[in-house]
Amino acid sequence: MELKPGSRWKSAVCDGEVVVVRAAKAPAVLECGGHAMVPHAAERPVGVTAAADRSEGILTGKRYVDEESGVEILCSKAGKGSLSMDGRPLQVKAAKALPSSD
Amino acid sequence: MNTGLLLEMAAETFPDRVAVGSLKDGLTYGELAARARAGGAWIASHGDGPVVFIGLNSAAVPAGIFASAEIGRPFAPLNYRLADEELRRLLARTAPSVAIVDDDMIDRVQGTPGVVLVSRSALDAACADPRYRQSDKPEVEADIAVLLFTSGTTGEPKAAVLRHRHLASYVISTVEFMHADEDEAALVSVPPYHIAGVAASLTAVYSGRRMVYLPTFTPEAWVDLAVSEKITHAMLVPTMLGRVLGVLEARGEHLPHMRAISYGGGRMPRPVIERVMAFLPQVEFVNGYGLTETSSTVAVLNAGDHRKAIASSDPAVRRRLGSVGRPLPSLELEIRDPDGKSLPPGVAGEVYVRGEQIAGEYLHRKVIRDDGWFATNDSGWLDEEGYLFVEGRLDDVIVRGGENISPGEIEDALRAHPNVADVAVLGLPDDQWGERVAAVIVAKGPAPSIDDLAGWVKARLRSTKTPQTWEFRGELPYNDTGKLLRRVLKQELLQTAEAG
Repeated sequence: MELKPGSRWKSAVCDGEVVVVRAAKAPAVLECGGHAMVPHAAERPVGVTAAADRSEGILTGKRYVDEESGVEILCSKAGKGSLSMDGRPLQVKAAKALPSSD
Repeated sequence: MNTGLLLEMAAETFPDRVAVGSLKDGLTYGELAARARAGGAWIASHGDGPVVFIGLNSAAVPAGIFASAEIGRPFAPLNYRLADEELRRLLARTAPSVAIVDDDMIDRVQGTPGVVLVSRSALDAACADPRYRQSDKPEVEADIAVLLFTSGTTGEPKAAVLRHRHLASYVISTVEFMHADEDEAALVSVPPYHIAGVAASLTAVYSGRRMVYLPTFTPEAWVDLAVSEKITHAMLVPTMLGRVLGVLEARGEHLPHMRAISYGGGRMPRPVIERVMAFLPQVEFVNGYGLTETSSTVAVLNAGDHRKAIASSDPAVRRRLGSVGRPLPSLELEIRDPDGKSLPPGVAGEVYVRGEQIAGEYLHRKVIRDDGWFATNDSGWLDEEGYLFVEGRLDDVIVRGGENISPGEIEDALRAHPNVADVAVLGLPDDQWGERVAAVIVAKGPAPSIDDLAGWVKARLRSTKTPQTWEFRGELPYNDTGKLLRRVLKQELLQTAEAG
C-alpha cells in the first residue's frame, strides 16, 4: 500500500479512519485491529474482526507514529481497533502544548 | 491532507458545540459543516476557478474557507478597503473565478471580465437550502487552499499560495484537537484577507474554540464585543492592541473573562506591552511571529517568557520582551549572512525557516529553495537561548557607514519619550555615509525640540544611531492592518529633500 501524505484510510474492523501526515520511508502495511486498512473510498470488508491484542482503540485528533518507518498518522475518526505497521504497534505522539497565536 | 477534514473531524466529534457566533444563536460545528457542503455545491454550480471573498468579517468567512476546501478550490479573500480601481484590478487577476461579495459592495466590482459575482446573502440562502445540503461529498484533490494577496508594502501585491498540506500541517502540529473548554471564545478582528484571519478560522475549529467575528475593527466595538460575548482569547496586531488599551484605560474595563491575548504582524512597542500587561494582570500574553508565506506563526514568545522578562533583573532576559520568542518545535530556523552561511548567536542576518508548514510560493513563482529553506526577507538575530529578535524587513535596515542599524530599535527608544506619540525611522541616501538615519515624529502634547530628542536617543543608544534628519508630522501612513508604509514615507521624504 502506498501511504502518501494526505491519503485517507479506513479500518477493516471498526469505524476508525486515518489520514497519513508523514509518509513511510519504505513500502509498509498499515493495519488497524491487526488487519490491513483499506482506502477511504473502498468498501469496508465484512466479517473481519479486530485481533484481541490490537483492540485498544484510536481517538480522533491523536497522532500516531512509528519510529522505524518514520510514518505519522492522524486519526480522523475514532475506532475500536489499534494501529500497527507491519505488525509493530504505533505509538501516540506526545502533544506539545503551544499557546494559541492566531 | 485537505483542511476540510479539520471541520469534518470537529463536526463528527462535537456536532452540537457552537462553532461561530454567540452561545444563544451561533452555528454549531455540525451546522458549519452542512453549510460548507451546501455552499461548496452552490458555488461550484456558478463557475470555475478560485472562490474570491470580498466582504466584512462574519460567519461567512469560515463558511467560505471550508466550502472552498470542500470543492477543492482556492479561497481568495481580497482587501475590500482598496480603492475601487485597485480592487477590480486584483479581482481581474483571479479570473476565471466565482466571487462572493457583500451585498453593499457588489456595485464596486460589477463587470470584471471572467468573474462570476454572487452576493453574500445569496450564499447564506444557499447554505440553508436543503437541495444543496444533500449534495454528495465531491472527490477532490487537495491542492491550493488559499491565495492571499500580500499587503504590498513593497509594490504591486503578490498572490501568496498556501496549499492544503501547509495549512493542515500548521494546524495539526500546533493545536491539540478539541482541547478548548466549552466556555472559551476567540474574538477574530483581523480582516479575512490577512493570514491571521485565515489561520484563526482553521485553528479555532480544530481546537473547538467558539469564534466571534468583529465585522470591522474599531477599538470601541472590540471592547464592547469582548465584554458582551465573554471573550477568553483574542489576536490583535500591535497597533490595534495599543488602541484597545486606550479604550480599556479610559473605561476602566479590565476584561475579567479574558485569558489570553496574542499579538503579531508588526513590532510591539515595549511601553505598550508593559502597560497592557500591568492593566490586564490575569491575561496571558503571547507574541506570534510569522509571515503569510509561512502559514502564519513560526516563533512564539509565550506567557511565561513575558512574565520572566518583566520580572528579571538580568538585561539579557529583560530584553526578551522585545523578541518574538523561540521557533516552533515543528520547524527549523537559522540566521544567515548574504552568502547563505549560517550565523552564530548574537549576529544579525536574514531569518531562514524550513518545515512542513512553509509554503514560500507565489502564483507562478516558487521562492522556497529545493532543500526546503525559505528566506523571509526579515532581518534578525538569535540570543544564546535561541530567542529570536526580528529587526524588520531586510530592505528597511539602514546601512550607515558600513554599520547595520535597525529602525525598530531607534523607534522604540523614541516612543518611550513622553512627548512622542508615534515615530518612524528610516534611511535616506547620504553622500558621506551611504545612508543617514531619519526620524519622522508625531508629537504628543508640547512638541519636543530636536536637541531634546537627539539627546534622548544618544543617551539610550549611541551617537551613530542618533537620527540626523528630523521631521514632524500630524500622523504616519499605515495600511489597514497596521503596517507602517515606510516605502510611502521614504518617497515623501525624498521628494521633500529634492524640493528643498
